[in-house]
Amino acid sequence: MTVPMSYYLVLSGLVFLIGLVGVLTRRNIIIILLSIELMLNATNINFVAFSAYLGNVAGQVFVFFALTVAAAEVAVGLAIIIALYRHQSSINVDDFRLLRW
Amino acid sequence: MTLPLADLLTILPELLIVGAACLLLVLDPVMPPAKKSLLAWMSLGTLVLCFFISASSMNDRVFAFSDLVVVDPYASFWKLLLYLVSALTILLSMTYLKEERIDLAEYYGFILLSLVGMMVMVSAADLLTIYLGIELMSISLYIMVGFKRFEGKSIEASAKYFILGAFSSGILLYGISLLYGIGGSTRLSEISAVVTSRGGDDPLVLIALMLVIVGFGFKVAAVPFHMWTPDVYHGAPTSVTAFMAVASKAASFGALLRVLLEGFGGVKPNWNGIIFAMCLVTLGFGNLVAIVQTNIKRMLAYSSIAHAGYALIGLVVAGQAGAESAVASQGVSSIMLYLAIYSFMTVGAFAIVAIVRRSGVEGEELEDFTGLAKRHKGAAFLMMVFMVSLAGIPPTAGFIGKFYLFMAAVNAGLTWLAVIGLIFAAVSAFYYLRVVMVMYMREPSASQESETRLALTPATAIVLACAIAGVVFLGLYPAPLVSVTQSAVLPF
Repeated sequence: MTVPMSYYLVLSGLVFLIGLVGVLTRRNIIIILLSIELMLNATNINFVAFSAYLGNVAGQVFVFFALTVAAAEVAVGLAIIIALYRHQSSINVDDFRLLRW
Repeated sequence: MTLPLADLLTILPELLIVGAACLLLVLDPVMPPAKKSLLAWMSLGTLVLCFFISASSMNDRVFAFSDLVVVDPYASFWKLLLYLVSALTILLSMTYLKEERIDLAEYYGFILLSLVGMMVMVSAADLLTIYLGIELMSISLYIMVGFKRFEGKSIEASAKYFILGAFSSGILLYGISLLYGIGGSTRLSEISAVVTSRGGDDPLVLIALMLVIVGFGFKVAAVPFHMWTPDVYHGAPTSVTAFMAVASKAASFGALLRVLLEGFGGVKPNWNGIIFAMCLVTLGFGNLVAIVQTNIKRMLAYSSIAHAGYALIGLVVAGQAGAESAVASQGVSSIMLYLAIYSFMTVGAFAIVAIVRRSGVEGEELEDFTGLAKRHKGAAFLMMVFMVSLAGIPPTAGFIGKFYLFMAAVNAGLTWLAVIGLIFAAVSAFYYLRVVMVMYMREPSASQESETRLALTPATAIVLACAIAGVVFLGLYPAPLVSVTQSAVLPF
């Protein structure tokens, strides 16, 4: 028995929404970064599910690229957050008020 | 499997620039500090070389890497513009980085990497390459925005840009994944075929379209996805701000036009309304909020939002359902012309902001420009020309850009859109001319006179000369650029 395609779509939709709401509502910059990762991983679920459903490997290739890019993005992001923490001694986005948000 | 040589030659400029960027990163630690400017000249040399390579293949239309990349006149036009802007940014940075004491050669490496990302974006024929280009551009820019790492402002801007940039890429990527599910491929040509046959009422197509537009909306800084722009433009080093305001906007528009017109060309009625609404709010919000700004960098940030609104007029024209192909091409070519002209005046304005120094920091507050004409006649005059051009007053190039956009709107039967654009251009004259008024009609305080100086070096002089030449020459004799943009539009 195989899992129907729609289940994967619902799952990825939910994960994406959790990430989206997380970015918009959480104040801790690390949690925001994790929420963005959730959004990217929802995308990967989509690609792999579609790839299996359509019997086409292009989606899986895309996942490799997406993973690599996400890793590079996180590396730069964490470096920025560390530099920010040294200045502000805080990782709460409400404390970053040098520039009007 | 081997990579065919023909494919590699197609992306020769990209390869050369990546090579130069890597070389810069390697050479930076081993070069004696006194010779660091050699590295900047090396990156400039690479850009000049690539300019000639891209210019010589301007009329080709070649697909490479099994249709992942296309080099057509449209892509070549954007690439030439991007080389020019990057070269001006590098020249400006050579002085600016020394003044700010952040003179590290990897900065030039990041400019080149970011440039490659933009080049990949504009010559992508597949959503995968577009995504990779966007990320390469963005990740390099996150670092460059935070380059003044001893300054809280710069790091904070970098963090904000990173969060919102990564967020928008995530949204765009989700849209791409849905498109892959619909079409079974990420090639724009195949997506176009599937989207056209399924029609715009298919919910999956609609959701994917929305997500793609939102993702690109962030990149071109269109309202309501503009909230990062003022903070990031304000906090970033000024040379980086100029680069972002011009190059990243041009590249994002280049990719957006290709995705919407080639990928979603069959469902124009479904996205034209959204672009239309975005265009109106962007014009209104950008121009009105710019009025209350007292910091020139923030003001120019809102002005760049407003200019994205003007450029969107061209996209509305090109996306009109049932428009003749001549009208649609006019919409696209007027965007290309507008952004090329916008590059000259914006780089010029930011260059003046970067070289006017007050008490060791850059003169980014409007107040720092008080009575500038008394002491530095040349700088004040150049700033006046750039402001007049940004406001779109003849005989400067800014007028020509707006003229062709509004003409395209009128030809497409959108006369009242042109009228709205004209009204907002009049509103924008208020805040641009206020800078001129402050420079020419206010008396500077005694302390200000002694504190202000110009960081004028041969390199910055070249930047200003290029910018002013572009603004004046294109204002008086735009025909060559107009014919280039008209021959380089996307095929309809």
